[in-house]
Parts: sequence; structure tokens; C-alpha cells
Amino acid sequence: MCLAVPMQIRDLEMPLATVEVAGVSRQVNVELVDQPKIGDYVVVHAGYAIEKLTEEEALETLDLLRQVAELGDDEPPPTPGIQSGDMS
Amino acid sequence: MNRSQASAGLKQEIGTLTQAMDRIAPERTVVFMEVCGTHTMSFRRNGLQELVPERVQLISGPGCPVCVTPVEYVDHAIALAQQHDVILATFGDLVRVPGSYTSLEQSRADGARVEVVYSPLDALNLARKHPDRQVVFLAVGFETTAPVVASSVIQAEREHLENYSALSAHKVIPPAMLALAQADDLALDGFMCPGHVSVVIGMNAYAPIAQAANLPCVVTGFEPTDMLQGLLMLVSQARQETAKVENQYLSVVRPEGNPRARAAMDQVFEVCDSRWRGLGNMPLSGLTFRKEYARFDAARRFSVNLPDPVEPPGCQCGAVLRGVTQPEDCPLFGNRCTPRSPVGACMVSSEGTCAAHFRYRSVNQAT
Repeated sequence: MCLAVPMQIRDLEMPLATVEVAGVSRQVNVELVDQPKIGDYVVVHAGYAIEKLTEEEALETLDLLRQVAELGDDEPPPTPGIQSGDMS
Repeated sequence: MNRSQASAGLKQEIGTLTQAMDRIAPERTVVFMEVCGTHTMSFRRNGLQELVPERVQLISGPGCPVCVTPVEYVDHAIALAQQHDVILATFGDLVRVPGSYTSLEQSRADGARVEVVYSPLDALNLARKHPDRQVVFLAVGFETTAPVVASSVIQAEREHLENYSALSAHKVIPPAMLALAQADDLALDGFMCPGHVSVVIGMNAYAPIAQAANLPCVVTGFEPTDMLQGLLMLVSQARQETAKVENQYLSVVRPEGNPRARAAMDQVFEVCDSRWRGLGNMPLSGLTFRKEYARFDAARRFSVNLPDPVEPPGCQCGAVLRGVTQPEDCPLFGNRCTPRSPVGACMVSSEGTCAAHFRYRSVNQAT
């Protein structure tokens, strides 16, 4: 599944970074994005950051995800790190 | 804004989008195809098919990577898992897909070492931890996953991890889209293009399809409002009879895609002819190891005997993947074939069209 949740880089030791969203953090590889920096928001796929997002775009997406969760969706917004497969 | 105001705002936005669609959609039925398992799931999970006008249809194509992977690949993976020194690392969905005679799940029950991983990084870790074993990663997926696997192979090369390899079933999506756009038994009005594949390959990758098939292509995100907006953009182009490539999704989808990801993919893999379940062999639609990285190719590293491939009798997955049959039209759907006891790959994978139709068949309204 494609995980559209933007995650923020908290710690960086190339090629790995610790990224975080909503209190959940995980380690991802960031060598497929241009000049990753602490504070950047990234889109994560199968353990790799595949693109950077502007802060505005990331916050807008996170806000939208919260609204979708609020709509009584039967499933919470995806939590990074619990997917068993991520293949597209 | 508090939470209930926020969700009221979202409901209103969904209502606005579906009303706009009804207002501008042509009077005839228009049929669009998405080619992304996450789109398949999001559309059904949120009951969007109930919200859009009946004459606007979004059907699923070959967007589920596990589903399009042919049975002989599953047989190959099983044969590798049965080698005594191999640890097979795979995304979870593949484990239950039936091969010709058995599955990875059954092989694991019979003693094979099959590890479900979230990322090829986990497979690399297995290789580091078990230097006396061969770790084979099942490289299944489209252009979003191929760079990730390529990067793991480059990392293995850097570390001289000689016990790491991958079995590539990677596919590239544009040739499949073009084949379906030109198929005689399908009449499509446009494509909803996958958000994350597009992050890698870029908007430009769809221009030849829009041009050759004269069909609009709209790169679309995964949330309900994203999908409704994407669909509205397609409907609008259908009304205006245009065939442009547009982007509903994040501005990070660039015309040229992600050059670093593409460079990693191109460093390790090259395009090859490839067999897809349902679509058959398509020229230049898959990815195989370049000769510089051939030593990481599990297909070359291990010699195995493979059975003649046998598809499950009665299974309509092939036609479902082409969009010419809907899951409900398959005689096995919901009785002999369910997520608990699947016959075909499209019911096994969480991204499969049949699984999505079965799981969310009782959802009437998302709001």
C-alpha cells in the first residue's frame, strides 16, 4: 500500500534518518532524495524516503488525514511501520 | 477549528465535489481506470462508488503488484525457499498467493525459512545477521519499489554482502496502460495515474499514453477528496474532449519525476519483456538486473527446477486485472474464493480488486 503520511526527519546519519509523525518514529533510508536535512518532511515508501514535501504541504496533508479519521472511518489513518507490504 | 467542525468541512467538500461531477459529467457513461492498489482500496473503503454519479465509473486495472505477478514467479520463489541455506524475505501479501501446487505459506509450514519484511532494508539486515545463509528478497512492485530494491542492492555491493540477492518481478506501468488503452474489448475514457509511481517516473511518463491513445491522464493522491478531485478532473477533460496529463496530487510530482530514484533504478536494472498475469507477455514492461549487477540476481545465483505453471481452474483474475470482468461476475467470487480461502491472487492481496470488492461490499455511504 502506498503510505501518504508525511514524516518529519528528526535525526540524520546518512544514508539513514529517524523520521517521526504523531509520536511514531522509525528509521528510513534517505539517499533517494536530494539533500535531506533535519526538519524536512518526506514521503516514505517501503523504508525509503522517496520525495520531500514542503512544510505547508505536509501540514495540510496531516490535517486532512485527521479530518478523514474524524469522519468515522472504520480504520485509523495508517501508522508507519505496521504495514507488512508496500509494493507499488 | 475543532475536530467536528473539521469533519463537517470535509463532508461538505465531498458533497461539493460529487455535485460538481454530476453537473459537468457527459450524459453518456464515462469509464476511467485506476492502476494503483491503494486507489482500489481507498475508493471501495470509503464507499466512493456510492457517492459519484452512476454514469461516472472508476474501474480497477493491473495496479496490484502481487496480482500481476505470474504464477511461475510464485513457483520460482517457492523453489528458492526450499533450498536448505536460503532465507526468503518477502512483503507479506505474497506469502499466501497460490503457486501451481503450493504457496510460500505452506512451504513455511513445511519448514522453509520465509520472513515477512516491511522493507528491503530489513532483508539486508537479515543478510548481515546470517552470513552463513543466503538471503533472497522477493522484488515485486512497480516503479515506486524498484528504486528502493536497487538502492538495497547498491548498499549490498558497498558492504560486500555476497549473501544478498533479489528475484526481480518488477514491472513498469506505462506499457500496461498503453496496451489497455488500445485493447479492443475495453473502451476507456481516461486514466487515474498512481501518486507514488508518478513521484518516481514523473508526469512526462504519461504523455505518450495521452497522445497515442488520446486519453486524459490525471495523477491522483489517495485520500477520498484526492480521488474525487482526480475523478472530477478526468470528467472535466472527458466533457471537453481533451487528453492532457494533469496532476491532482502533491506538487512533489515533478515533470521528470525523482531523478535520484530513477538513477538508482537505472543503475541496477534495465527494461525487459515481462509476463503479467492477465495481460500476458508485454515488450519492455519489466525490469531485470543489468549485467554489472547480475551477481545479485537470485534467478542466476540459484539453479532450480520449476514445474509447468498451472493457473487455478475457474479463476478470473486475468480478466479482472484487465478491467474487462468485475469481481462480482466471477463465479468463484464470495463463495469458493474469499479472503479467508482465496483461489486467485486478486483475492489474496490486500490491494487486490477482488479483496477490495469483497471486503467493502457492505459499505453504502462514506458519510
